[in-house]
Amino acid sequence: MRFRTKRAVAVTAVASLLFAACGGDDDTADAPAPADEPASTDAPADEPADEPADEPADEPADEPAPAPAAELSGTLIGAGASSQAAAMQGWQAGFQAAAPGVTVEYDPIGSGGGRKQFLGGGSDFAGSDAALKDEEWESSKEVCAGDLGAINLPHYISPIAVPYNLPSLDGTTLNLSPEVIAGIFANEITNWSDAAIAADNPGVDLPDLAINPVHRADESGTTENFTDYMAQAAPDVWTYGAIEAWDADGPGGGEGAPQTSGVVAAVAAGEGSIGYADASQIGDLPAAAVGVAGSFVEFSPEAAGRIVDASERTGGRNDYDFKIEVNRTPDSADTYPIALVSYHIVCLEYADQETVDLVKAFMTYVSSDEGQAASAASAGSAPISPEVQAEIAKSIAAISVAG
Amino acid sequence: MTATEQTLTGAPSPSGASPLTAQQLSRASRVGIATASVLIGLGINAVLGEVRWGWVVVIAAPTFVLLTYVASRLVEGQRRAVDRVAAATATMAFLVVMLPLISVLWTVISEGASRLDGTFLTGDLRLTPEDLMAQRDGVAAGGAYHAMMGTLIITGLAAAIAVPLGLFTAIYLVEYGKGRLARAITTMVDVMTGIPSIVAGLFAYALFILIFGPGSRTGIAGGVALSVLMTPVVVRSAEEMLKLVANELREASYALGVPKWKTIVKVVLPTAIAGILTGVTLAIARVIGETAPLLIAAGVAQSANYNPFDGRMTSLPVFTYYQYVQPGIPTEAGVARAWAAALVLVIIVAVLFTVARVLAWILKPAGLR
Amino acid sequence: MPSSTITRATVTRRGDRVFSGLSRGAGIAILVILAGVATFLFVEGRAGIFGDTEEMSGSDSFLQYVGPLVFGTVFAATLALLFAAPLAVAVALYISHYAPRRLAQTLGYIIDLLAAIPSVVFGIWGITVLAPLLTDNIYPWLNANLDFIPFFSGTVSTSGRSMLTAGLVLAVMILPIVTAISREVFLQTPRLHEEASLALGATRWEMIRQAVIPYGRSGVISGAMLGLGRALGETMAVAIILSPSDGYFWSVLTNQNSNTIASNIALKFPEAYGLDVNRLIATGLVLFAITFVVNALARRIANAGFSGADG
Repeated sequence: MRFRTKRAVAVTAVASLLFAACGGDDDTADAPAPADEPASTDAPADEPADEPADEPADEPADEPAPAPAAELSGTLIGAGASSQAAAMQGWQAGFQAAAPGVTVEYDPIGSGGGRKQFLGGGSDFAGSDAALKDEEWESSKEVCAGDLGAINLPHYISPIAVPYNLPSLDGTTLNLSPEVIAGIFANEITNWSDAAIAADNPGVDLPDLAINPVHRADESGTTENFTDYMAQAAPDVWTYGAIEAWDADGPGGGEGAPQTSGVVAAVAAGEGSIGYADASQIGDLPAAAVGVAGSFVEFSPEAAGRIVDASERTGGRNDYDFKIEVNRTPDSADTYPIALVSYHIVCLEYADQETVDLVKAFMTYVSSDEGQAASAASAGSAPISPEVQAEIAKSIAAISVAG
Repeated sequence: MTATEQTLTGAPSPSGASPLTAQQLSRASRVGIATASVLIGLGINAVLGEVRWGWVVVIAAPTFVLLTYVASRLVEGQRRAVDRVAAATATMAFLVVMLPLISVLWTVISEGASRLDGTFLTGDLRLTPEDLMAQRDGVAAGGAYHAMMGTLIITGLAAAIAVPLGLFTAIYLVEYGKGRLARAITTMVDVMTGIPSIVAGLFAYALFILIFGPGSRTGIAGGVALSVLMTPVVVRSAEEMLKLVANELREASYALGVPKWKTIVKVVLPTAIAGILTGVTLAIARVIGETAPLLIAAGVAQSANYNPFDGRMTSLPVFTYYQYVQPGIPTEAGVARAWAAALVLVIIVAVLFTVARVLAWILKPAGLR
Repeated sequence: MPSSTITRATVTRRGDRVFSGLSRGAGIAILVILAGVATFLFVEGRAGIFGDTEEMSGSDSFLQYVGPLVFGTVFAATLALLFAAPLAVAVALYISHYAPRRLAQTLGYIIDLLAAIPSVVFGIWGITVLAPLLTDNIYPWLNANLDFIPFFSGTVSTSGRSMLTAGLVLAVMILPIVTAISREVFLQTPRLHEEASLALGATRWEMIRQAVIPYGRSGVISGAMLGLGRALGETMAVAIILSPSDGYFWSVLTNQNSNTIASNIALKFPEAYGLDVNRLIATGLVLFAITFVVNALARRIANAGFSGADG
């Protein structure tokens, strides 16, 4: 197997490792002209050796990454879920500040495309709203060095809000039970004055207004997670299962708008509209409190973060893999049940030390408190809990060069 | 109206006046008609309730055409009336078309200008945590320098492939082509016009994976994708322009013993050069704003990459698209960058067009200037 | 064809050979590129047409899947052309024959410039500026007064993500290119023809009808064709504006619209998986075929006219 060329050149600390890697057989095919490599090893002056020393002085406060990060260099290529794009901006900023020699590139081409590219050997890691499917995991054994295949790491939890446009409510937060939400999106509840909505909202003066349910026009992990929620929490009403493409597999009707920004704009544009969207992007729109365990909970990052703890790890491919079956009907009323869980998919074994170092350093940063804070700042994500963090740390530690 | 016209067409002279002094709608009466139309528009609006200027215009415009026709018919006769209606309709069509186009342009300029600053023109998207924090406080951060470079490089590559290819094909079709091959090429150029841009992107992506290995996204792949879209536009417009060169010119040249290729280079191409350059700039315009194929073929990068053969390259439309659909927090920062990038693209194209116009003027044979 | 017997009589020079070789080579290169694209589409798309629909999302057969998309594509593009073509010809005439010369050049320049605005921007403009304008002023009125016409029936979209908005935005998008080409052709009308017509006493409009329009017809049609090609294949603007549903919908004011092929690819491709990808590529092949048929028809019409080189 070969990974995409790391063009960049190592600084002193990793130079010897890189040199060893270059001697191997993996790096040759699309590597730069061999002449470059000796040059890099005997000319560390190209990348001033004092750079790592400078850096901490510039940013004394948050220097989260372990010591080696500052000395790393190279390019890490990721591709996949567009849901992670905003979070990735935060991670890239934070990680590249700590490891100035490293460039992390991320193509938000979509989960399916990201997994495909990863399995084709076109990227070092994939971002995906769904864990590797079984047959994909099988083929990951071919692309990853060694025969352990790839693992899923649940690094990004994004609460999905249910925003609505009902100015006449004047700030009152609407309570919606799973059955009502499913009824609305399945076109069974079509007016805001419907008795089922009124039952959840005693004392609220609901307008006599047609409901315009807005859904994603593109295929998306947000739709899949939202419909999965309805399928689990209100299976009698929502009979379409967890779907990615609304117009092909859903109930029809409603309004389709592309991307999160499109859904938010569509809800904002029409009185009586309701939709589902990444909670950080809904702007000034009010979001419904969602029925869970007999009461109603408004979304908050903390409430959404508990969803992974409440869920079960499945798959059992190996100890390091996190494939999560998200439990949408948690027992506790302080867990917000509609959240998108998005993974990073990485190999357990890579062919060369440089990639291993880069992947480990980046994934360690992403799952650290600092990394989670960075994505919370740039994408409004929910932090993964300390327990899950500890588990993930074990998995990351297991990433190694193929023996 | 002239005497010749009357004898030839037998059109009746209105109100029996002498043909040479036939009555014409005076300037004053045309202004009067326009004023009356606006008043009627206002009146109808007022009767129906509040006055909304959009509706006033909507009513006044057809009223103006109608009144002009009636007045002209009475004073100047049928043919003049039709002529006036045609002129009024063309003018009005023009105004109707300019409205949305100016609106688009205005939106781009007004929304984009706020972020068109030094940081935007020289910076890239390799943001630091400080930038992200500053952005939350409403401070401008991040730029599109890398996307500008990407657009110039990718479009340049596309033009470098498509212009010679398209021009020579057009020359072949007009000057040499006969028989099956020419017919096949003509048909295939038609087919090529129909390639959906996203398919061109998929094609280029698949092609370069064969060359550079899996997952490769490069500037050259983007350039090839765009050249696939651009070539047929160049061929069609160049073909059209070459065909319009009068055959007398060619024959005169041949008669002087000038070989065919020299005739083409020295006579045919210079005569058609203004049209061809317009065609080429339109072809560039057609592809410089393409998003879908570049998304697939050239990928996204945070910082500048000058090497089209290695590594991802962001272009301005891709930048615009991503900043709009995934603006991050706060959304205003990303959306402002999106509009600014669109504005930069328009400015780049304006510069290109101006250069093309000037070039066309310089290259045109002196007699045609 | 312009190639004349004179050249054949003269000795073929080396320059001629090289030049004709180059131009013939370019023509053949186009054939090769196209063969490449077609092969790619066919190889990748085959599984989507003939593959097991059990493994794909949605419809039972490829025809069922692609039918509404074909309908939506043709519908949107037809609307766009209906609005754009007459306006574009009128505007081109205005610029070439009515507007003062200096103004005309500036106007032509602005319109060319607009052809370069990315479709993404037209899409964003369409949904943030045009759609609210139409939903506030026009759509409810059409729906209230003309709903006996199937086009205007149904529930009006509250955010304006309807077929009519998409068609209008597409019309605005293709106007510059159709106008630019028509104008260029009208300007090429031989001065002699125009002056002859005027000298015979024709009014300006009669001159245009007798000399300019017949002369430019082929060019106008090929311009409209390019515009139609762009409307058929337009991806991002439609994806941003149109609210898609599965099925055939005639109404142009509602949230329920047949999607277009290109927009469907853009919306589905990133997250598509397995055979769904092949099916999307197969729909690309269908789009390809539609545009080809439209173009072939238009070219036939255009060839029935005349151009300077033939005369």
